[in-house]
Amino acid sequence: MQLVSIIAFVLVFSAAVALFVINIRKIIRNINLGKDQTINDNKPARWRQMFLVAMGQSKMVARPIPAFFHLIIYVGFVLINIEVLEILVDGFTGSHRIFMNVLNFDGFPLYNIAIAFFEVLAVLVLIACVVFLYRRYILKVPRLAHKDLDGWPRKDATNILAAEIVLMFALLVMNAADHTMQTAGFTFPISTPLYNAIFHGMTEGAMHTVVLVAWWLHLIGILAYLNYLPFSKHFHIVLAFPNVWYAKLTPKGQFTNMESVTNEVKAMLDPSFTPPPLAEGEIPKFGAKDVNDLSWKNLLDAYSCTECGRCTSECPANQTGKLLSPRRIMMATRDRMEDVGKSLDAKGPGLADGKSLLYDYITPEELWACTSCNACVQACPVNIDPLNIIVELRRSMVMEDSKMPDSLALALTNIENNGAPWQFSPADRLNWAQEN
Amino acid sequence: MSNAELLKVTTMANAIAEGRQPEYLFWVGCAGSFDDRAKKVTKALVKILNFAGIDFAVLGTEESCNGDPAKRAGNEFLFQMMAMQNIGTLNAYGVKKIVTACPHCFNTLKNEYPALGGEYEVIHHTQLLQSLLDTGKITIEGGEFKGKRITYHDPCYLGRGNDIYEAPREVIQKLEVELVEMKRSRAKGFCCGAGGAQMFKEAEPGNREVNVERAEEALGQNPNVIAVGCPFCNTMMTDGVKHFEKEGEVKVLDVAEMIAQANDL
Ligand code: SF4
Ligand code: SF4
Repeated sequence: MQLVSIIAFVLVFSAAVALFVINIRKIIRNINLGKDQTINDNKPARWRQMFLVAMGQSKMVARPIPAFFHLIIYVGFVLINIEVLEILVDGFTGSHRIFMNVLNFDGFPLYNIAIAFFEVLAVLVLIACVVFLYRRYILKVPRLAHKDLDGWPRKDATNILAAEIVLMFALLVMNAADHTMQTAGFTFPISTPLYNAIFHGMTEGAMHTVVLVAWWLHLIGILAYLNYLPFSKHFHIVLAFPNVWYAKLTPKGQFTNMESVTNEVKAMLDPSFTPPPLAEGEIPKFGAKDVNDLSWKNLLDAYSCTECGRCTSECPANQTGKLLSPRRIMMATRDRMEDVGKSLDAKGPGLADGKSLLYDYITPEELWACTSCNACVQACPVNIDPLNIIVELRRSMVMEDSKMPDSLALALTNIENNGAPWQFSPADRLNWAQEN
Repeated sequence: MSNAELLKVTTMANAIAEGRQPEYLFWVGCAGSFDDRAKKVTKALVKILNFAGIDFAVLGTEESCNGDPAKRAGNEFLFQMMAMQNIGTLNAYGVKKIVTACPHCFNTLKNEYPALGGEYEVIHHTQLLQSLLDTGKITIEGGEFKGKRITYHDPCYLGRGNDIYEAPREVIQKLEVELVEMKRSRAKGFCCGAGGAQMFKEAEPGNREVNVERAEEALGQNPNVIAVGCPFCNTMMTDGVKHFEKEGEVKVLDVAEMIAQANDL
């Protein structure tokens, strides 16, 4: 019987892990559609940034209420996983609560104390999940009720919260119905009252069945959750860390310098300058038309997006009714990558499907609404840079397709001809000094 | 000092011809040179610089657009052409320190010119004003703003763009005013709507203009003055105040103008 259970466990576990690895490799493949970019400068600052922003959640505090409940779920998730570790070891060895005897010392029941603490956490996580559902569906917090999330993204968010609720219930029931645990003379804050109310007086056999069901439910729940991650915004629990590590360290106002342009401009201004030769078959392309013209970091950004909408709720364009939503920029980038990836999986045309990120997924109207104010970048709890994608797409529109609003084209022509965005003569530039 | 002495400006070309190397280059910018409202700020700053005895010069007709609108619009070619032309001029004059009253010029010169061969110490005029006040080169006694309610609007390219939030506030505080903060201020400051080359195009379709939203927020503080530190914010906020027909009661002033006026310059 025990052997059957171990075999069943090993099969389920390996299948789940294998599936997860397959899907992670697809994501890595998709991110690698992006252009190379070396990011390894100033490592101490990068680690510091990661500890502060990703581990320390420092940018969440700007909104204390969701920050508090998110912190509970975050801490709960990390710590309760210690109990999950035990579940896995038990599954592999056929043992039952293998850490119980090891960690319950005479006079100091460390194991019981830890479990008691996890139970309290589990209840807090349950409450936090309910609060989040309440904020989404009853309170209808604008950034969460926003049209960006219509359809799958909203379902995704609900699925995650529901799954967490089920998992926490399974954990508590598993403890409550555990005869050995409950009869050893220690009072667990949640499971003991539950045991007294429901399971006390049940036959040991029946209780054993309940534990078994709850155990499997928890295990399968966790493995299903794991495999759901790659398809969900919830993947941020993994990617937030590398994403923050690789995030921009230079001032937010500083845009990237395009070296390809520098070479051409230098050649134009100085005929003796010879630009470095292009690689075989390389056609210089300016800005980004599709995901493969963006850098891999832009694409990592898209996969790390939590769809929280903090960016959009601070975006001056979005808040005044323009089409632009920085969150949607990130979601559209991810959608495009996933569509290309699916096409590649099906041996289809991939990037050459006749569509592109610019125009088919993100429209010029959205891009031209941006004031480059960096409010989105500032607001993002995982240091995503939607502005960088917006600028790359603008570069492609302007430099590859010569498309821009007429008034803007006029201003740029003025800059080129008169050295100022307005039609003034450069000779009059110092006139102010003579005026009174 | 007479008004003429206070308004005296030399060009780099003249200074160098006289064998002088001015300490600061005052980068005036396109708005500061051509826009009627911004020219007043330029002159206010010139007066302060002369009053404080700062050795400075301007490029005059040799200055060109720094290229910010081109870069934000996505025309990197035009940006780099402007940048390299300006860097050629600045380097030829051996410029080391630059002060500018425009956060856009400030950001490009400080952060984006180095990659193209232009390395300077660039400061925003509110930073210079702060150091002039701190070192006692200018002092303020009372002045017309004493006790007035002032709210300060953070320019995106000074605040979030370069993390400069305190310098302008400390300068304003020196006027012994009541500085009131809008709900969205400092890192959460709400844009005036002009950045990213929006100044030079029609707004995209929406419910409202960005500057109207921001002006409403500023007016909500019942200020006597909305203080700004950017020529484009200045235009946007002035228009926003006009939208609510409050231009009679509420003034939009650059921090430099406030310091100059408080000193009767
Ligand atoms: S930078 Fe652009 S997208 Fe981001 S908040 Fe500002 S206007 Fe919105
Ligand atoms: S980009 Fe950042 S702030 Fe915007 S929705 Fe995604 S995670 Fe949230």
